[in-house]
Amino acid sequence: MAETNGKPRSFQEIILRLQSYWAGHGCAMMQPYDMEVGAGTFHPATTLRSLGSRPWAAAYVQPSRRPTDGRYGENPNRLQHYYQYQVLIKPSPPDLQDLYLGSLKTIGIDMGLHDIRFVEDDWESPTLGAWGLGWEVWCDGMEVSQFTYFQQVGGHDCAPVSGELTYGLERLAMYVLGVDHVMDMPFNDPGAPIPLSYGDVFRQTEQEYSRWNFDVANTDVLLRHFEEAEAECEAILSQPHDDPKTGQRIVMAHPAYDQCIKASHLFNLLDARGVISVTERQAYIGRVRALAKKCADAFVQTDAGGYAA
Amino acid sequence: MPDLLIELFSEEIPARMQARAAEDLKKRMTDALVEAGLTYGGAAGFATPRRLALAVEGVLASSPTTREERKGPRVDASDKAIEGFLRGAGVTRDQLEVRDEKKGQVYYATITRPGRPASEIVAEELEKIIRNFPWPKSMRWGAGSLRWVRPLHSILCILTDEMGEATVVDLEIDGIRAGNTTEGHRFMGHGSFAVTSFDDYRAKLRRDHVMLEARERADHIWQDASNQAFAAGLELVEDAGLLAEVSGLVEWPVVLMGQIDEDFLGLPGEVLQTSMREHQKFFSVKNPKTGQIERFVTVANVETADHGATILAGNQKVLAARLSDAKFFWENDLRLVRDKGLAGMAEGLSGVTFHNKLGSQADRIARIAALAREIAPGVGADPDLAEQAAKVAKADLQSEMVYEFPELQGLMGRYYAEAEGLPPEVAAACQEHYSPLGPSDAVPTGAVSVAVALADKLDTLTGFWATFGFPTGSADPFALRRAALGVVRLIVENNLSIGLYRVLYGGAAKRSVKAADAAGPVANLEFRGMIIAKYRDVLAQFAENPDYAEKKRAFGVIRMKTESFDADYADWAAVSAHNILQLHEIEVVEDLLAFFHDRLKVYLKDQGIRHDVINACIAMPGNDDLTLLVKRAEALSAFLKTDDGENLLQGFKRANNILTQAEEKDGVEYSYGADVKFAETDVEKAIFAALDTAEPEIARALEAEDFAGAMAVMAGLRPAVDAFFDAVQINADNQVLRRNRLNLLSRIRVICLQVADLTRIEG
Repeated sequence: MAETNGKPRSFQEIILRLQSYWAGHGCAMMQPYDMEVGAGTFHPATTLRSLGSRPWAAAYVQPSRRPTDGRYGENPNRLQHYYQYQVLIKPSPPDLQDLYLGSLKTIGIDMGLHDIRFVEDDWESPTLGAWGLGWEVWCDGMEVSQFTYFQQVGGHDCAPVSGELTYGLERLAMYVLGVDHVMDMPFNDPGAPIPLSYGDVFRQTEQEYSRWNFDVANTDVLLRHFEEAEAECEAILSQPHDDPKTGQRIVMAHPAYDQCIKASHLFNLLDARGVISVTERQAYIGRVRALAKKCADAFVQTDAGGYAA
Repeated sequence: MPDLLIELFSEEIPARMQARAAEDLKKRMTDALVEAGLTYGGAAGFATPRRLALAVEGVLASSPTTREERKGPRVDASDKAIEGFLRGAGVTRDQLEVRDEKKGQVYYATITRPGRPASEIVAEELEKIIRNFPWPKSMRWGAGSLRWVRPLHSILCILTDEMGEATVVDLEIDGIRAGNTTEGHRFMGHGSFAVTSFDDYRAKLRRDHVMLEARERADHIWQDASNQAFAAGLELVEDAGLLAEVSGLVEWPVVLMGQIDEDFLGLPGEVLQTSMREHQKFFSVKNPKTGQIERFVTVANVETADHGATILAGNQKVLAARLSDAKFFWENDLRLVRDKGLAGMAEGLSGVTFHNKLGSQADRIARIAALAREIAPGVGADPDLAEQAAKVAKADLQSEMVYEFPELQGLMGRYYAEAEGLPPEVAAACQEHYSPLGPSDAVPTGAVSVAVALADKLDTLTGFWATFGFPTGSADPFALRRAALGVVRLIVENNLSIGLYRVLYGGAAKRSVKAADAAGPVANLEFRGMIIAKYRDVLAQFAENPDYAEKKRAFGVIRMKTESFDADYADWAAVSAHNILQLHEIEVVEDLLAFFHDRLKVYLKDQGIRHDVINACIAMPGNDDLTLLVKRAEALSAFLKTDDGENLLQGFKRANNILTQAEEKDGVEYSYGADVKFAETDVEKAIFAALDTAEPEIARALEAEDFAGAMAVMAGLRPAVDAFFDAVQINADNQVLRRNRLNLLSRIRVICLQVADLTRIEG
């Protein structure tokens, strides 16, 4: 059990405190999705579960990859692989802002010393066909979270509305721990027998992936995989809802959505390789969005999506 | 009479929407009260990040009872008609009154509507207002269906009578029941409290650290920030937009001044200011002696035990990260410019699409450079410098700094041009060629800047015109109206004499048509049909209006065999692609000139010149010289405001009417040969003498483009013309006399029409 009094001492302690805080407020503690995604929103526990009428409450850490942000581990703030902490509650509870502020307290942000502000920021994900209204939350002038009330996902109106919280964990932790360079941040407890810094864990991978993302990834292969993922997604969704083998109604929204996620990440890799022109960019985003919409259409045809036979 | 207090308490309202929302709430509620018969003494709307509030003083406690008399059918009308009337009026037959009227006995109904208590009306109207509130963007939340800008948490709605007794208005919307409680500051408040009146509300909010009025918050920020800056021997940089925004981000402003790390003080002031304003919403604080920005002011929303030390340290840290980015961009850009020059920076623009129908930025810049060179002599600029400036003016679009801060485009170009040691005119043009951006933006005056600015805008206009045609309705995605107004202002306010035909034909329009054609052949068959159909009208105009033919010859644009277009146009394909492009070019130029005239009309109207006056001047030759056109219009407008001018106009109209009628009747044109020897009276002789004197004087004045002078001479004709009309009968029985007098009128008409087409003047 994480120490909840006083300042946290490490990156992982901040994660553990958030976990226990949101668990204490009734969220299902999900694990990261086992695929490459650009943000915690892509986890089906957010994208798909924000659709339909069934109540939902989940929280999880999601490793996120943004190939274009790679800086070979040298930039104090930018990483091509980083962690987001994600909370999604549907319907959004009336005290969500207070719950959120409570989570900041839990990780050692003293409201008596800091300036917390909710600054207008309308969130939109062109690849997911999703948008919502909310804020970026500032702590002493630094953006520490996104706070969004989902209005539409995959082209579907959200009813009820989900409240989504996304914490940029590294940035938040650096601030709380008073660290200037992400690689210097203690990952585990500095007093542990084997203390590890963020750099001990990730500097090498940042270098390796930066090189691969920018210069080595085989763009022909990536392009082919993109096409294949797109085709597979559509092929899955074109199957009849009734499974001929089991005789049951099985709409394969999740397997199809996996392919959509895959296409999205492949697009990000292609983008980092600089082989996508400005005009093509829009076209690719449109293609991923089309998949996301079809997956959303399929999900609302499932039990979890509120479908009643 | 009671006072009304409303507060709509929600999660954080975007700063940019608050002022408008407070106004909307006030307007909608007071309009609704008045509509329902409730007058009031005064009203004020308020907004903070978490609340919209409205205080209305002296509201009628209930609406007055109203009586309406309604006339019904005649007594002997059918039962059906009478029943219908009763239903409509909501009365029974025995309540009707019978009155004798001319046409017989008629039913009258008196409809009485009893007054209603204010609380009932407020409840009803407030619900409507909340449900239909004009937020620029609104949302749903939770499981509800209500829309508001962000989740709405509570409604305070009370009526306070003269005794100070407050009553809660009975109202519930989507589970939110109106009450008499609210809360103060999110972090410095003490939970929920009840209020009994507006004064009580305001006082308790203040106790709980909320300044209700945006004005007060802004004043506080400004005062405190100025004082802190002053105490340090520095000066706060004014920024009204930022002040308004920041006042909408806090309920309890706490002003903190911080240091900018010395490492960053070498950055251009605009970069510091932009980065701080855009990313952090910081004010800049400068050293009045050096003009250098040295510190920043941030506005927190909370008072802390350490007097803001933690907050300031955090903000400083974020700023340092931002400014190290800016510094990195600045240094990279400077290195590139030192190595390869601005021209080297511009190289990358060949890979950047300007518009997929108009080629790359590099293509566009080549067109602008050619045009700037052509325009240069006409604006007094050195053609080489103008071309050089045009070639590098947009290079900064490739800089890292402008990629990060697009609003610094132009300015960075200037810095980089200076760093490279380019001529000062070129550096200035980099910054100034985007201007003027709007009706109130300053117009550049340096000749090179003007040449590039004109070339830039004209290329945009001809390019998009050649590709998409002119903007219709409110849709103007490429801001062509703004560009055209820019051209008008550049020419007119610099008093430049530029023949736009000469600039456009063969130059700007030709290159744009070519570019449009290269991107997606303009000369396809469908387009040919369109162009030929359009061109028929232009041809017809050419035939009718010799002025067109003149222009045609003068600019040598069309050398095609016009005969081949007299055919049926059945075979569009037979028209060569080359000719089609020429036709398109003519079309673009003609349309564009009309567009400039439209912009000019708007521009002159703002200066108090009537549209008919402008039309009268546009109808004159040389209307592609906008400065000349404006001079003419100004002179005419001033002339028509004098008695002489107004009377002469009436004299002209009279002469013109008589002439037109006579010409129609006789089927001839009276245009020549009035002879003084047929003049009968002294008055008639006098006008010949007056015209003989005036004509050469007017000709000289017009030659010198002295329109005011020409009109002054014309004004001198007024007594002679007036006397002539008073004393002489035009349509004399003697045909020789009549013809002579008509020809004399024609002479007057011709003189008057030399300055403007007065037939277009109204009234």
